[in-house]
Amino acid sequence: MTQTLEKPSASRDAMPLSGPRLPAAAPYVVGVAALAVGVGVGLILGGGVIAMGVLAAVTFIVGLTVWAWALEGRRGGVDRLATSVVWSAFLVALVPLLSLVWTVLSNGLPALSPEFFTYSMRGVIGDEQGGIYHALIGTLLITLGAAVISIPVGVMTAIYIVEYGRTAKLAKAITFLVDVMTGIPSIVAGLFAYALFVLIFGPGIRMGFGGSVALSLLMIPIVVRATEEMLKLVPDELREAAYALGVPKWRTIVKVVLPTSLSGILTGVTLAVARVIGETAPLLIIAGSTDSVNFNLFADRMQTLPVFIYYSYTQPGVPPEFGQERAWGAALVLIAIVMGLNLLARLVGKIFAPKTGR
Amino acid sequence: MAKSIDVSDLNIYYGDFLAVQGVNMTIKARSVTAFIGPSGCGKSTFLRSLNRMHEVIPGARVEGKVVVDGQSLYDPSIDPVAVRRQIGMVFQRPNPFPTMSIYDNVLAGNRLNSRRMKKAEADGIVEKSLKGANLWNEVKDRLNKPGMGLSGGQQQRLCIARAIAVEPQVLLMDEPCSALDPISTSAIEDLIHELKSDYTIVIVTHNMQQAARVSDETGFFNLKATGEPGQLVEFNPTKKVFSNPDESATEAYISGRFG
Repeated sequence: MTQTLEKPSASRDAMPLSGPRLPAAAPYVVGVAALAVGVGVGLILGGGVIAMGVLAAVTFIVGLTVWAWALEGRRGGVDRLATSVVWSAFLVALVPLLSLVWTVLSNGLPALSPEFFTYSMRGVIGDEQGGIYHALIGTLLITLGAAVISIPVGVMTAIYIVEYGRTAKLAKAITFLVDVMTGIPSIVAGLFAYALFVLIFGPGIRMGFGGSVALSLLMIPIVVRATEEMLKLVPDELREAAYALGVPKWRTIVKVVLPTSLSGILTGVTLAVARVIGETAPLLIIAGSTDSVNFNLFADRMQTLPVFIYYSYTQPGVPPEFGQERAWGAALVLIAIVMGLNLLARLVGKIFAPKTGR
Repeated sequence: MAKSIDVSDLNIYYGDFLAVQGVNMTIKARSVTAFIGPSGCGKSTFLRSLNRMHEVIPGARVEGKVVVDGQSLYDPSIDPVAVRRQIGMVFQRPNPFPTMSIYDNVLAGNRLNSRRMKKAEADGIVEKSLKGANLWNEVKDRLNKPGMGLSGGQQQRLCIARAIAVEPQVLLMDEPCSALDPISTSAIEDLIHELKSDYTIVIVTHNMQQAARVSDETGFFNLKATGEPGQLVEFNPTKKVFSNPDESATEAYISGRFG
């Protein structure tokens, strides 16, 4: 041992830190070349756009990897391979999203007009001007009803699980059941709500509030999960600081724990709303479909955007173009609402986040 | 307003695990009592049992007696929340409430208990507490800024201000300087000296010079043996503990020849 210490191995004499590197523009060069190969071969052999794209992508990945491996060695090659595969996966994931947004925009934009938002479909035949006013009102009221039911139940369940039931068997059971609830198919939630309201009001019942109950069934587990995670993030030190000041537990939860996690909880709640606002199946069953405006959650059928889209597209009337255009327009509005809610969630998260003041 | 604490035959458990065994001591009013000892010997656990913070941890319990002002803290008729209002605590890591400003942090003990008070009274409490914690001059121009924006040492003094704003009888400090630099530490030690005239102070520290500097009496805790519960080895005036301790184990620990 001592001998090796006195005389280090030969490799320690040199300290090589530099080696051949790919030029910074290498990915672009290979990219252009791969595109040329893909398009060229596609044109010669006669392939579609998708085939050209796949060929170009494969050429790019192989080309860049081989070049880097030859010049920089094994680690450089593997690095380029992994990077290109990750980027390709990202682009593949982006394709359906962009395609969807483009399709909805191009088909739906022509339908949008002030009348589209302010007219219902009552008595609309053929190419007469109809609108989604009744469906907008229905969607907003039913979702609001679902939120009013789910948010207190969900937040309080999460408070029980995190603050009171840390080690209790009941809390574990609730967590498990919430997980199971997450997986309930939405049609089953609709059937449950329908069965419940049939028990109370008799068969054939349709009301918007039933839709709220069905949606809340889907929303509660999301709210519980989001709130639970946020409450767990509040450090125990803050709770202990409050206890040490002689603050009772319930006040600690209301005045310290909830405000600290408020931004996360609000974000979770908004995302849960965004998740259920596009549900179709349960509303088809319990809220039904109508052409008229209905402001009363507790009586009669209520139209909602998803159900409106479904019926406008499957039974567009004669001639079908106008009904289908309205379906696309309503789909665009629905996507805009969901996107707006997501942006709102981010904004709310920023506004209520604890500030550092630096 | 300061009370002495009498502890007799105190056993402290985490579930079935006996963490600290058979502690007897009397903590004098209007003095500083320091606890020293190696990590994991139960100093902090013992400190937390003095204001019933120990039982916040699930499964934790205590046997024996802690008597303050003639009342046994672990008597069934005692309200733990009331105990904590009288016996305040400062923790190892500064923990100001992140959603509150400096002003609201100081008033947290009053506000969270929804004590109604006039603006002038609230201002008075904030100024008095921050002055008491030697922080007033540094923050008086930015009382409405978030408490988390202060430096670590300032945050810790903010926590002390928050603890003394509710005017407790006793102030427990669990390694209040271990996360701080020497200058902040010195500021807090000065503060402890000043607070001594009004409060009974109990401080846990790993820094023996600090114990020697700030305390009037010192308790040395140690494990009986590995895997055995912690116990109070020696409790004497600080001068005696650091110059001529009764127990050889204390001398070994203090002089660095431990074990």
